[in-house]
Amino acid sequence: MSRDGQLVGEFFMNGDVASAEGAICAGCRFFAGYPITPATEVAERMAERLPEVGGTFIQMEDEIASMAAILGGSWGGVKSMTSTSGPGFSLMMENLGLGAMTETPCVVVNIQRAGPSTGLPTLTQQGDMMQARWGSHGLYGTIAIAPSSPQEMFELTITAFNLSEKYRTPVLIMSDESVGHMSEKVVIPPMEQIEIFPRRKPTVPVDEYLPFKADADLVPPMGNAGEGYRFHVTGLTHDERGYPDMTAEAQDKLVRRLLDKIELNKDDIIILEEDGIDGAEVVVCSYGISARVALLAVKAAREEGIKVGILRLVTVWPFPDQKIKEIAKKIRAFVVPELNAGQVVLEVERCAGGAAETILVPHMGGAVHDPDVILEAIRKGSK
Amino acid sequence: MNRKELRLSGFGGQGIVLAGLIVGKAASIFDGKNATFTQAYGPEARGGSCSAQLVITDEAAAYPYISNPSVVVAMSQEAYTKYAAPMGEEVQVIIDEDLVKPNKAQESRVLKVPATGIAKELGRSAVANIVMLGFLTAVSKITSVDAMKKAVLDSVPKGTEELNTNAFNRGYECGKERIKDMGAKK
Repeated sequence: MSRDGQLVGEFFMNGDVASAEGAICAGCRFFAGYPITPATEVAERMAERLPEVGGTFIQMEDEIASMAAILGGSWGGVKSMTSTSGPGFSLMMENLGLGAMTETPCVVVNIQRAGPSTGLPTLTQQGDMMQARWGSHGLYGTIAIAPSSPQEMFELTITAFNLSEKYRTPVLIMSDESVGHMSEKVVIPPMEQIEIFPRRKPTVPVDEYLPFKADADLVPPMGNAGEGYRFHVTGLTHDERGYPDMTAEAQDKLVRRLLDKIELNKDDIIILEEDGIDGAEVVVCSYGISARVALLAVKAAREEGIKVGILRLVTVWPFPDQKIKEIAKKIRAFVVPELNAGQVVLEVERCAGGAAETILVPHMGGAVHDPDVILEAIRKGSK
Repeated sequence: MNRKELRLSGFGGQGIVLAGLIVGKAASIFDGKNATFTQAYGPEARGGSCSAQLVITDEAAAYPYISNPSVVVAMSQEAYTKYAAPMGEEVQVIIDEDLVKPNKAQESRVLKVPATGIAKELGRSAVANIVMLGFLTAVSKITSVDAMKKAVLDSVPKGTEELNTNAFNRGYECGKERIKDMGAKK
Protein backbone atom coordinates (compact mmCIF):
# COMPACT_ATOMS: atom_id res chain seq x y z
CA MET A 1 0.00 0.00 0.00
CA SER A 2 1.26 3.48 -0.85
CA ARG A 3 1.42 6.34 1.65
CA ASP A 4 -1.92 7.78 0.62
CA GLY A 5 -3.66 4.46 1.25
CA GLN A 6 -3.92 3.38 -2.37
CA LEU A 7 -3.24 -0.30 -3.05
CA VAL A 8 -0.57 -0.80 -5.71
CA GLY A 9 0.39 -4.10 -7.28
CA GLU A 10 -1.25 -7.35 -8.33
CA PHE A 11 -4.12 -8.75 -6.33
CA PHE A 12 -6.43 -11.73 -6.60
CA MET A 13 -9.81 -10.20 -5.91
CA ASN A 14 -13.43 -10.41 -6.94
CA GLY A 15 -15.23 -7.90 -9.13
CA ASP A 16 -17.09 -6.27 -6.25
CA VAL A 17 -13.89 -5.62 -4.34
CA ALA A 18 -12.11 -4.45 -7.49
CA SER A 19 -14.89 -1.92 -8.09
CA ALA A 20 -14.43 -0.57 -4.55
CA GLU A 21 -10.67 -0.25 -5.12
CA GLY A 22 -11.34 1.54 -8.41
CA ALA A 23 -13.55 3.99 -6.54
CA ILE A 24 -10.80 4.63 -3.97
CA CYS A 25 -8.31 5.33 -6.80
CA ALA A 26 -10.82 7.61 -8.54
CA GLY A 27 -10.95 9.70 -5.38
CA CYS A 28 -14.28 8.49 -4.00
CA ARG A 29 -14.36 9.41 -0.33
CA PHE A 30 -18.04 8.92 0.50
CA PHE A 31 -20.10 5.79 0.23
CA ALA A 32 -23.67 5.39 1.44
CA GLY A 33 -25.37 2.07 0.90
CA TYR A 34 -27.47 -0.75 2.15
CA PRO A 35 -26.10 -4.29 1.92
CA ILE A 36 -27.70 -6.60 -0.60
CA THR A 37 -26.47 -9.78 -2.26
CA PRO A 38 -24.56 -9.89 -4.60
CA ALA A 39 -23.35 -6.30 -4.14
CA THR A 40 -22.56 -6.54 -0.43
CA GLU A 41 -18.83 -7.01 -0.96
CA VAL A 42 -18.62 -3.56 -2.57
CA ALA A 43 -20.05 -1.95 0.57
CA GLU A 44 -18.03 -4.22 2.84
CA ARG A 45 -14.79 -3.23 1.14
CA MET A 46 -15.68 0.46 1.20
CA ALA A 47 -16.53 0.22 4.91
CA GLU A 48 -13.06 -1.19 5.51
CA ARG A 49 -11.13 1.04 3.15
CA LEU A 50 -12.70 4.49 3.35
CA PRO A 51 -11.61 5.17 6.95
CA GLU A 52 -8.04 4.29 5.88
CA VAL A 53 -8.04 7.02 3.25
CA GLY A 54 -9.88 9.69 5.20
CA GLY A 55 -13.28 8.96 3.71
CA THR A 56 -16.69 8.24 5.20
CA PHE A 57 -18.89 5.16 4.95
CA ILE A 58 -22.51 5.19 6.04
CA GLN A 59 -24.87 2.28 6.11
CA MET A 60 -28.23 3.91 5.42
CA GLU A 61 -31.69 2.67 6.37
CA ASP A 62 -32.49 1.68 2.78
CA GLU A 63 -31.58 2.27 -0.84
CA ILE A 64 -33.80 5.35 -1.23
CA ALA A 65 -31.81 7.07 1.48
CA SER A 66 -28.52 5.70 0.13
CA MET A 67 -29.08 7.32 -3.24
CA ALA A 68 -30.15 10.58 -1.59
CA ALA A 69 -27.07 10.56 0.63
CA ILE A 70 -24.59 10.25 -2.22
CA LEU A 71 -26.23 13.17 -4.03
CA GLY A 72 -25.73 15.23 -0.88
CA GLY A 73 -22.15 13.99 -0.53
CA SER A 74 -21.40 15.04 -4.07
CA TRP A 75 -22.87 18.51 -3.56
CA GLY A 76 -20.64 18.78 -0.51
CA GLY A 77 -17.68 18.38 -2.85
CA VAL A 78 -16.83 14.73 -2.22
CA LYS A 79 -16.87 12.07 -4.93
CA SER A 80 -19.60 9.64 -3.90
CA MET A 81 -20.79 6.15 -4.71
CA THR A 82 -23.34 3.54 -3.76
CA SER A 83 -23.81 -0.07 -4.76
CA THR A 84 -26.85 -2.28 -4.93
CA SER A 85 -28.73 -5.00 -6.76
CA GLY A 86 -32.23 -6.12 -7.71
CA PRO A 87 -34.88 -4.54 -5.48
CA GLY A 88 -32.35 -1.98 -4.22
CA PHE A 89 -31.81 -0.67 -7.75
CA SER A 90 -35.57 -0.24 -8.12
CA LEU A 91 -35.68 1.79 -4.92
CA MET A 92 -32.92 4.08 -6.16
CA MET A 93 -34.78 5.07 -9.30
CA GLU A 94 -36.54 8.16 -7.99
CA ASN A 95 -33.41 9.75 -6.57
CA LEU A 96 -31.39 8.68 -9.59
CA GLY A 97 -33.71 11.00 -11.52
CA LEU A 98 -33.03 13.73 -8.96
CA GLY A 99 -29.33 13.20 -9.64
CA ALA A 100 -29.90 13.55 -13.38
CA MET A 101 -32.07 16.67 -12.93
CA THR A 102 -29.66 18.35 -10.50
CA GLU A 103 -26.65 17.23 -12.61
CA THR A 104 -24.93 15.61 -9.68
CA PRO A 105 -21.80 13.55 -10.37
CA CYS A 106 -21.94 10.18 -8.61
CA VAL A 107 -21.54 6.49 -9.37
CA VAL A 108 -24.09 3.72 -8.79
CA VAL A 109 -22.80 0.16 -9.00
CA ASN A 110 -25.50 -2.38 -9.82
CA ILE A 111 -24.37 -6.00 -9.46
CA GLN A 112 -27.37 -7.41 -11.29
CA ARG A 113 -29.13 -10.49 -9.92
CA ALA A 114 -32.08 -12.40 -11.25
CA GLY A 115 -35.47 -10.72 -10.84
CA PRO A 116 -38.26 -9.68 -10.86
CA SER A 117 -38.71 -8.94 -7.17
CA THR A 118 -36.51 -10.97 -4.81
CA GLY A 119 -35.91 -13.45 -7.64
CA LEU A 120 -32.67 -15.36 -7.30
CA PRO A 121 -30.64 -13.23 -4.89
CA THR A 122 -27.39 -15.13 -5.35
CA LEU A 123 -27.58 -15.75 -9.09
CA THR A 124 -26.89 -13.75 -12.20
CA GLN A 125 -29.02 -11.88 -14.74
CA GLN A 126 -28.74 -8.80 -16.98
CA GLY A 127 -32.36 -7.89 -16.47
CA ASP A 128 -31.94 -4.22 -15.50
CA MET A 129 -30.46 -2.87 -18.73
CA MET A 130 -33.60 -1.03 -19.82
CA GLN A 131 -34.30 0.03 -16.24
CA ALA A 132 -30.85 1.62 -16.29
CA ARG A 133 -31.89 3.65 -19.32
CA TRP A 134 -35.49 4.44 -18.48
CA GLY A 135 -35.99 3.58 -14.80
CA SER A 136 -36.62 7.06 -13.45
CA HIS A 137 -39.54 9.06 -14.77
CA GLY A 138 -39.20 11.82 -17.32
CA LEU A 139 -36.50 12.57 -19.86
CA TYR A 140 -32.79 12.32 -19.17
CA GLY A 141 -29.63 10.85 -20.66
CA THR A 142 -27.89 7.84 -19.15
CA ILE A 143 -24.32 6.67 -19.04
CA ALA A 144 -24.06 2.95 -18.21
CA ILE A 145 -20.97 0.77 -18.33
CA ALA A 146 -20.84 -3.05 -18.35
CA PRO A 147 -17.53 -4.60 -17.18
CA SER A 148 -16.61 -8.18 -18.11
CA SER A 149 -13.91 -8.98 -15.56
CA PRO A 150 -12.63 -7.93 -12.14
CA GLN A 151 -9.84 -5.96 -13.86
CA GLU A 152 -12.50 -4.02 -15.76
CA MET A 153 -14.53 -3.55 -12.59
CA PHE A 154 -11.49 -1.70 -11.26
CA GLU A 155 -10.69 0.28 -14.40
CA LEU A 156 -14.22 1.09 -15.47
CA THR A 157 -15.24 2.28 -12.01
CA ILE A 158 -12.53 4.92 -12.44
CA THR A 159 -13.93 5.65 -15.92
CA ALA A 160 -17.40 5.97 -14.39
CA PHE A 161 -16.19 8.59 -11.91
CA ASN A 162 -14.38 10.47 -14.67
CA LEU A 163 -17.45 10.52 -16.90
CA SER A 164 -19.70 11.52 -14.00
CA GLU A 165 -17.50 14.53 -13.26
CA LYS A 166 -16.99 15.44 -16.92
CA TYR A 167 -20.70 15.34 -17.75
CA ARG A 168 -22.10 16.12 -14.30
CA THR A 169 -24.41 13.15 -14.21
CA PRO A 170 -24.89 9.89 -12.29
CA VAL A 171 -23.03 7.04 -14.04
CA LEU A 172 -24.13 3.44 -13.69
CA ILE A 173 -21.85 0.43 -13.50
CA MET A 174 -24.17 -2.29 -14.82
CA SER A 175 -22.29 -5.36 -13.71
CA ASP A 176 -23.75 -8.73 -12.80
CA GLU A 177 -23.37 -11.44 -10.15
CA SER A 178 -21.08 -13.48 -12.40
CA VAL A 179 -18.51 -10.72 -12.75
CA GLY A 180 -19.04 -9.34 -9.24
CA HIS A 181 -18.34 -12.66 -7.57
CA MET A 182 -15.62 -13.86 -9.93
CA SER A 183 -12.05 -13.56 -8.62
CA GLU A 184 -9.11 -12.90 -10.93
CA LYS A 185 -5.86 -11.02 -10.96
CA VAL A 186 -6.37 -7.28 -10.74
CA VAL A 187 -3.45 -5.02 -11.52
CA ILE A 188 -3.60 -1.68 -9.75
CA PRO A 189 -1.10 0.84 -11.14
CA PRO A 190 0.38 3.68 -9.09
CA MET A 191 -1.74 6.83 -8.92
CA GLU A 192 0.50 8.80 -11.29
CA GLN A 193 -0.46 6.36 -14.05
CA ILE A 194 -4.19 6.73 -13.45
CA GLU A 195 -6.03 9.45 -15.31
CA ILE A 196 -8.48 11.35 -13.13
CA PHE A 197 -10.96 13.92 -14.40
CA PRO A 198 -11.29 16.48 -11.61
CA ARG A 199 -14.48 18.31 -10.74
CA ARG A 200 -15.24 21.13 -13.17
CA LYS A 201 -14.83 24.15 -10.93
CA PRO A 202 -16.29 27.55 -11.82
CA THR A 203 -13.80 30.03 -13.27
CA VAL A 204 -16.01 33.09 -12.85
CA PRO A 205 -16.04 35.33 -9.74
CA VAL A 206 -18.31 34.13 -6.95
CA ASP A 207 -20.98 36.78 -7.60
CA GLU A 208 -21.19 35.92 -11.30
CA TYR A 209 -21.60 32.19 -10.86
CA LEU A 210 -24.71 30.54 -12.21
CA PRO A 211 -24.82 26.87 -11.15
CA PHE A 212 -26.71 25.69 -14.23
CA LYS A 213 -25.13 27.86 -16.90
CA ALA A 214 -23.42 25.39 -19.20
CA ASP A 215 -20.09 25.62 -20.96
CA ALA A 216 -19.87 25.06 -24.71
CA ASP A 217 -20.03 21.27 -24.23
CA LEU A 218 -23.40 21.73 -22.47
CA VAL A 219 -22.06 20.90 -19.00
CA PRO A 220 -22.12 23.53 -16.23
CA PRO A 221 -19.11 23.84 -13.87
CA MET A 222 -19.92 22.93 -10.29
CA GLY A 223 -19.22 25.05 -7.24
CA ASN A 224 -19.25 23.03 -4.08
CA ALA A 225 -21.02 23.92 -0.86
CA GLY A 226 -18.73 25.91 1.42
CA GLU A 227 -16.62 27.39 -1.37
CA GLY A 228 -18.47 30.68 -1.47
CA TYR A 229 -20.52 29.95 -4.57
CA ARG A 230 -24.23 30.32 -4.11
CA PHE A 231 -26.34 27.58 -5.45
CA HIS A 232 -29.86 26.30 -5.32
CA VAL A 233 -30.69 22.69 -6.06
CA THR A 234 -34.16 21.51 -6.92
CA GLY A 235 -35.80 18.64 -8.70
CA LEU A 236 -38.19 21.18 -10.18
CA THR A 237 -37.51 22.48 -13.66
CA HIS A 238 -35.10 25.36 -13.10
CA ASP A 239 -33.27 28.20 -14.79
CA GLU A 240 -29.53 28.82 -14.90
CA ARG A 241 -29.63 30.12 -11.33
CA GLY A 242 -31.18 26.86 -10.20
CA TYR A 243 -34.47 28.52 -9.29
CA PRO A 244 -37.75 26.88 -10.28
CA ASP A 245 -39.16 28.06 -13.59
CA MET A 246 -42.45 26.35 -14.35
CA THR A 247 -42.72 27.02 -18.06
CA ALA A 248 -42.59 24.95 -21.23
CA GLU A 249 -39.71 27.16 -22.41
CA ALA A 250 -37.58 26.50 -19.34
CA GLN A 251 -38.43 22.79 -19.56
CA ASP A 252 -37.40 22.68 -23.20
CA LYS A 253 -34.14 24.48 -22.54
CA LEU A 254 -33.15 22.41 -19.52
CA VAL A 255 -34.31 18.95 -20.52
CA ARG A 256 -33.04 19.29 -24.07
CA ARG A 257 -29.63 20.12 -22.63
CA LEU A 258 -29.77 17.17 -20.18
CA LEU A 259 -30.34 14.87 -23.15
CA ASP A 260 -27.95 16.62 -25.52
CA LYS A 261 -25.02 16.76 -23.15
CA ILE A 262 -24.93 12.96 -23.36
CA GLU A 263 -26.18 12.54 -26.95
CA LEU A 264 -23.89 15.11 -28.55
CA ASN A 265 -20.85 13.92 -26.62
CA LYS A 266 -21.42 10.26 -27.48
CA ASP A 267 -18.16 9.91 -29.36
CA ASP A 268 -16.26 10.88 -26.25
CA ILE A 269 -18.32 8.70 -23.92
CA ILE A 270 -18.78 5.45 -25.81
CA ILE A 271 -16.24 2.66 -25.35
CA LEU A 272 -16.44 -0.34 -27.70
CA GLU A 273 -14.27 -3.37 -28.23
CA GLU A 274 -14.16 -4.76 -31.75
CA ASP A 275 -12.60 -7.90 -33.15
CA GLY A 276 -12.76 -9.34 -36.65
CA ILE A 277 -15.67 -7.20 -37.86
CA ASP A 278 -14.10 -6.42 -41.26
CA GLY A 279 -15.28 -9.11 -43.66
CA ALA A 280 -17.52 -10.78 -41.07
CA GLU A 281 -20.85 -12.38 -42.01
CA VAL A 282 -22.07 -12.37 -38.43
CA VAL A 283 -21.26 -10.02 -35.57
CA VAL A 284 -21.88 -11.04 -31.98
CA CYS A 285 -22.94 -7.92 -30.11
CA SER A 286 -23.00 -8.33 -26.37
CA TYR A 287 -21.82 -6.92 -23.04
CA GLY A 288 -20.77 -7.90 -19.52
CA ILE A 289 -20.53 -11.59 -18.69
CA SER A 290 -22.48 -12.58 -21.81
CA ALA A 291 -19.84 -11.05 -24.08
CA ARG A 292 -17.23 -13.12 -22.33
CA VAL A 293 -19.21 -16.36 -22.52
CA ALA A 294 -19.81 -15.66 -26.22
CA LEU A 295 -16.06 -15.74 -26.89
CA LEU A 296 -16.11 -19.52 -26.70
CA ALA A 297 -18.89 -19.69 -29.29
CA VAL A 298 -17.08 -17.23 -31.56
CA LYS A 299 -13.93 -19.32 -31.37
CA ALA A 300 -15.82 -22.50 -32.25
CA ALA A 301 -17.65 -20.76 -35.11
CA ARG A 302 -14.37 -19.48 -36.54
CA GLU A 303 -13.00 -23.02 -36.40
CA GLU A 304 -15.98 -24.06 -38.52
CA GLY A 305 -14.98 -21.42 -41.06
CA ILE A 306 -17.73 -18.93 -40.26
CA LYS A 307 -16.57 -15.33 -40.51
CA VAL A 308 -17.73 -13.91 -37.20
CA GLY A 309 -16.80 -10.65 -35.54
CA ILE A 310 -17.30 -9.29 -32.05
CA LEU A 311 -18.70 -5.94 -30.98
CA ARG A 312 -18.52 -5.67 -27.21
CA LEU A 313 -20.49 -2.81 -25.71
CA VAL A 314 -18.28 -1.66 -22.86
CA THR A 315 -20.64 1.27 -22.50
CA VAL A 316 -24.19 0.18 -23.23
CA TRP A 317 -25.73 3.66 -22.74
CA PRO A 318 -25.53 5.92 -24.61
CA PHE A 319 -26.08 3.39 -27.38
CA PRO A 320 -23.64 3.33 -30.35
CA ASP A 321 -26.31 3.90 -33.06
CA GLN A 322 -23.90 4.90 -35.80
CA LYS A 323 -21.60 1.96 -35.25
CA ILE A 324 -24.46 -0.54 -35.47
CA LYS A 325 -25.82 1.19 -38.60
CA GLU A 326 -22.44 1.01 -40.31
CA ILE A 327 -21.86 -2.63 -39.43
CA ALA A 328 -25.42 -3.64 -40.39
CA LYS A 329 -24.78 -2.60 -44.00
CA LYS A 330 -21.89 -5.05 -44.29
CA ILE A 331 -23.06 -8.20 -42.52
CA ARG A 332 -25.83 -10.80 -42.68
CA ALA A 333 -26.77 -10.86 -39.03
CA PHE A 334 -26.18 -9.66 -35.50
CA VAL A 335 -26.30 -12.26 -32.74
CA VAL A 336 -27.15 -10.72 -29.38
CA PRO A 337 -26.79 -12.95 -26.32
CA GLU A 338 -28.01 -11.35 -23.11
CA LEU A 339 -29.22 -12.70 -19.78
CA ASN A 340 -32.77 -11.43 -20.20
CA ALA A 341 -35.71 -11.85 -22.54
CA GLY A 342 -34.39 -9.26 -25.02
CA GLN A 343 -33.48 -5.69 -24.01
CA VAL A 344 -30.35 -4.33 -25.67
CA VAL A 345 -31.27 -6.42 -28.74
CA LEU A 346 -34.13 -3.97 -29.34
CA GLU A 347 -31.62 -1.18 -29.81
CA VAL A 348 -29.48 -3.30 -32.11
CA GLU A 349 -32.56 -4.13 -34.17
CA ARG A 350 -33.66 -0.48 -34.29
CA CYS A 351 -30.25 0.71 -35.48
CA ALA A 352 -29.78 -2.16 -37.92
CA GLY A 353 -33.05 -1.00 -39.47
CA GLY A 354 -33.55 -4.21 -41.40
CA ALA A 355 -30.17 -3.99 -43.15
CA ALA A 356 -29.06 -7.04 -41.20
CA GLU A 357 -31.00 -9.73 -39.38
CA THR A 358 -30.98 -9.53 -35.57
CA ILE A 359 -30.94 -12.79 -33.65
CA LEU A 360 -31.59 -12.66 -29.92
CA VAL A 361 -30.12 -15.37 -27.71
CA PRO A 362 -32.18 -14.92 -24.55
CA HIS A 363 -31.63 -16.45 -21.12
CA MET A 364 -33.85 -15.89 -18.09
CA GLY A 365 -30.90 -15.78 -15.67
CA GLY A 366 -29.74 -17.92 -12.77
CA ALA A 367 -26.78 -19.06 -14.89
CA VAL A 368 -24.90 -17.91 -17.97
CA HIS A 369 -25.54 -19.04 -21.56
CA ASP A 370 -24.49 -22.43 -22.78
CA PRO A 371 -21.93 -21.33 -25.41
CA ASP A 372 -23.34 -23.98 -27.78
CA VAL A 373 -26.66 -22.13 -27.91
CA ILE A 374 -24.82 -18.97 -28.99
CA LEU A 375 -22.86 -21.04 -31.53
CA GLU A 376 -26.13 -22.34 -32.98
CA ALA A 377 -27.37 -18.75 -33.39
CA ILE A 378 -24.12 -17.78 -35.13
CA ARG A 379 -24.57 -20.72 -37.54
CA LYS A 380 -28.14 -19.65 -38.19
CA GLY A 381 -27.06 -16.07 -38.84
CA SER A 382 -24.37 -17.09 -41.31
CA LYS A 383 -26.84 -18.89 -43.60
CA MET B 1 -4.20 -23.50 -25.53
CA ASN B 2 -3.23 -24.71 -22.12
CA ARG B 3 -6.31 -24.84 -19.92
CA LYS B 4 -6.68 -26.56 -16.56
CA GLU B 5 -9.91 -26.83 -14.63
CA LEU B 6 -10.07 -27.69 -10.95
CA ARG B 7 -12.90 -28.21 -8.51
CA LEU B 8 -12.44 -28.11 -4.74
CA SER B 9 -15.44 -29.33 -2.78
CA GLY B 10 -16.46 -30.10 0.77
CA PHE B 11 -18.89 -28.65 3.27
CA GLY B 12 -19.26 -25.04 4.42
CA GLY B 13 -16.73 -24.10 7.09
CA GLN B 14 -13.86 -26.29 5.90
CA GLY B 15 -12.13 -23.46 4.15
CA ILE B 16 -12.87 -24.71 0.66
CA VAL B 17 -13.36 -21.18 -0.65
CA LEU B 18 -10.14 -19.98 0.97
CA ALA B 19 -8.29 -22.95 -0.53
CA GLY B 20 -9.69 -22.02 -3.95
CA LEU B 21 -8.63 -18.41 -3.57
CA ILE B 22 -5.14 -19.57 -2.57
CA VAL B 23 -4.87 -21.73 -5.72
CA GLY B 24 -6.05 -18.78 -7.82
CA LYS B 25 -3.57 -16.44 -6.21
CA ALA B 26 -0.76 -18.97 -6.63
CA ALA B 27 -1.50 -19.45 -10.33
CA SER B 28 -2.18 -15.82 -11.27
CA ILE B 29 -0.01 -13.73 -8.99
CA PHE B 30 2.94 -16.04 -8.32
CA ASP B 31 3.00 -18.29 -11.42
CA GLY B 32 2.06 -15.46 -13.80
CA LYS B 33 -0.85 -17.27 -15.47
CA ASN B 34 -4.49 -16.30 -15.70
CA ALA B 35 -6.79 -17.82 -13.12
CA THR B 36 -10.51 -17.39 -12.63
CA PHE B 37 -12.12 -18.41 -9.36
CA THR B 38 -15.86 -18.88 -9.04
CA GLN B 39 -17.87 -20.46 -6.27
CA ALA B 40 -21.25 -22.02 -5.91
CA TYR B 41 -22.72 -19.14 -3.99
CA GLY B 42 -25.99 -19.62 -2.18
CA PRO B 43 -27.78 -20.59 1.01
CA GLU B 44 -26.26 -24.05 0.58
CA ALA B 45 -22.87 -22.52 1.39
CA ARG B 46 -23.66 -22.84 5.11
CA GLY B 47 -23.11 -26.44 6.20
CA GLY B 48 -24.22 -27.99 2.92
CA SER B 49 -21.94 -29.00 0.11
CA CYS B 50 -19.65 -26.23 -1.00
CA SER B 51 -17.64 -25.98 -4.19
CA ALA B 52 -14.93 -23.71 -5.55
CA GLN B 53 -14.02 -23.80 -9.22
CA LEU B 54 -10.83 -22.67 -10.89
CA VAL B 55 -9.85 -22.18 -14.48
CA ILE B 56 -6.13 -21.71 -15.06
CA THR B 57 -5.05 -20.69 -18.55
CA ASP B 58 -2.38 -18.87 -20.53
CA GLU B 59 -4.95 -16.59 -22.17
CA ALA B 60 -6.69 -13.61 -20.61
CA ALA B 61 -10.48 -13.33 -20.24
CA ALA B 62 -11.07 -17.00 -20.97
CA TYR B 63 -14.42 -18.74 -20.52
CA PRO B 64 -14.66 -18.45 -16.73
CA TYR B 65 -16.50 -21.63 -15.81
CA ILE B 66 -15.41 -25.25 -15.65
CA SER B 67 -16.88 -27.93 -17.88
CA ASN B 68 -14.23 -30.66 -17.97
CA PRO B 69 -12.26 -30.56 -14.73
CA SER B 70 -8.91 -32.31 -14.77
CA VAL B 71 -8.81 -32.49 -10.96
CA VAL B 72 -11.65 -32.82 -8.45
CA VAL B 73 -10.97 -32.61 -4.72
CA ALA B 74 -13.67 -33.85 -2.32
CA MET B 75 -13.52 -33.20 1.43
CA SER B 76 -16.99 -34.48 2.34
CA GLN B 77 -19.07 -37.51 1.39
CA GLU B 78 -21.85 -35.36 -0.02
CA ALA B 79 -19.41 -33.37 -2.15
CA TYR B 80 -17.77 -36.59 -3.30
CA THR B 81 -21.08 -38.07 -4.41
CA LYS B 82 -22.13 -34.88 -6.14
CA TYR B 83 -18.91 -33.80 -7.81
CA ALA B 84 -16.29 -36.57 -7.82
CA ALA B 85 -18.19 -39.85 -8.20
CA PRO B 86 -19.57 -39.04 -11.68
CA MET B 87 -16.09 -38.27 -13.04
CA GLY B 88 -14.48 -40.53 -15.63
CA GLU B 89 -11.01 -42.04 -15.57
CA GLU B 90 -9.34 -39.05 -17.15
CA VAL B 91 -10.15 -36.97 -14.08
CA GLN B 92 -7.84 -37.04 -11.09
CA VAL B 93 -10.00 -37.51 -7.97
CA ILE B 94 -8.52 -36.55 -4.60
CA ILE B 95 -10.29 -37.24 -1.30
CA ASP B 96 -9.82 -36.61 2.38
CA GLU B 97 -9.86 -40.27 3.40
CA ASP B 98 -10.94 -39.40 6.95
CA LEU B 99 -14.21 -37.97 5.65
CA VAL B 100 -14.90 -39.70 2.34
CA LYS B 101 -15.42 -43.33 1.42
CA PRO B 102 -15.05 -43.66 -2.35
CA ASN B 103 -17.34 -45.90 -4.38
CA LYS B 104 -16.10 -49.27 -5.62
CA ALA B 105 -15.66 -48.17 -9.21
CA GLN B 106 -13.25 -45.41 -8.26
CA GLU B 107 -11.64 -46.90 -5.17
CA SER B 108 -8.50 -48.22 -6.84
CA ARG B 109 -7.57 -44.99 -8.56
CA VAL B 110 -8.68 -42.33 -6.10
CA LEU B 111 -5.84 -40.38 -4.45
CA LYS B 112 -6.30 -40.42 -0.69
CA VAL B 113 -4.87 -38.13 1.96
CA PRO B 114 -5.82 -38.13 5.66
CA ALA B 115 -6.01 -34.33 5.59
CA THR B 116 -8.25 -33.95 8.63
CA GLY B 117 -6.21 -36.51 10.61
CA ILE B 118 -2.94 -34.73 9.85
CA ALA B 119 -4.49 -31.37 10.72
CA LYS B 120 -5.63 -32.78 14.09
CA GLU B 121 -2.12 -34.08 14.74
CA LEU B 122 -0.86 -30.57 14.14
CA GLY B 123 -3.34 -29.37 16.74
CA ARG B 124 -5.90 -27.58 14.52
CA SER B 125 -8.41 -29.40 12.35
CA ALA B 126 -9.00 -26.04 10.62
CA VAL B 127 -5.79 -26.47 8.59
CA ALA B 128 -7.07 -29.60 6.82
CA ASN B 129 -7.64 -27.43 3.73
CA ILE B 130 -3.98 -26.40 3.72
CA VAL B 131 -2.86 -30.03 4.14
CA MET B 132 -5.04 -30.77 1.13
CA LEU B 133 -3.41 -27.96 -0.86
CA GLY B 134 0.03 -29.43 -0.09
CA PHE B 135 -1.14 -32.83 -1.31
CA LEU B 136 -2.81 -31.33 -4.38
CA THR B 137 0.36 -29.45 -5.30
CA ALA B 138 2.43 -32.64 -5.09
CA VAL B 139 0.12 -34.85 -7.13
CA SER B 140 -1.44 -32.50 -9.68
CA LYS B 141 1.15 -29.89 -10.76
CA ILE B 142 -1.72 -27.42 -10.97
CA THR B 143 0.68 -24.70 -9.80
CA SER B 144 4.35 -24.62 -8.86
CA VAL B 145 5.27 -25.53 -5.29
CA ASP B 146 6.85 -22.14 -4.66
CA ALA B 147 3.80 -20.27 -5.91
CA MET B 148 1.43 -22.30 -3.75
CA LYS B 149 3.59 -21.86 -0.64
CA LYS B 150 3.77 -18.11 -1.19
CA ALA B 151 0.02 -17.91 -1.77
CA VAL B 152 -0.67 -19.86 1.45
CA LEU B 153 1.52 -17.53 3.50
CA ASP B 154 -0.03 -14.51 1.80
CA SER B 155 -3.55 -15.63 2.65
CA VAL B 156 -3.58 -17.07 6.18
CA PRO B 157 -4.02 -14.98 9.34
CA LYS B 158 -0.90 -13.46 10.90
CA GLY B 159 0.58 -15.63 13.62
CA THR B 160 -0.51 -18.88 11.95
CA GLU B 161 2.25 -18.98 9.32
CA GLU B 162 4.24 -21.76 10.99
CA LEU B 163 1.20 -23.94 11.57
CA ASN B 164 0.07 -23.50 7.97
CA THR B 165 3.54 -24.11 6.56
CA ASN B 166 3.72 -27.35 8.55
CA ALA B 167 0.27 -28.32 7.31
CA PHE B 168 1.25 -27.62 3.72
CA ASN B 169 4.52 -29.54 4.02
CA ARG B 170 2.85 -32.57 5.61
CA GLY B 171 0.31 -32.70 2.82
CA TYR B 172 3.00 -32.21 0.20
CA GLU B 173 5.16 -35.05 1.59
CA CYS B 174 2.13 -37.30 1.72
CA GLY B 175 1.47 -36.50 -1.94
CA LYS B 176 5.06 -37.24 -2.94
CA GLU B 177 4.85 -40.65 -1.22
CA ARG B 178 1.56 -41.40 -2.93
CA ILE B 179 3.13 -40.75 -6.31
CA LYS B 180 6.07 -43.00 -5.42
CA ASP B 181 3.68 -45.81 -4.36
CA MET B 182 1.78 -45.47 -7.61
CA GLY B 183 5.02 -45.67 -9.59
CA ALA B 184 6.00 -48.81 -7.67
CA LYS B 185 2.63 -50.45 -8.38
CA LYS B 186 3.05 -49.88 -12.08
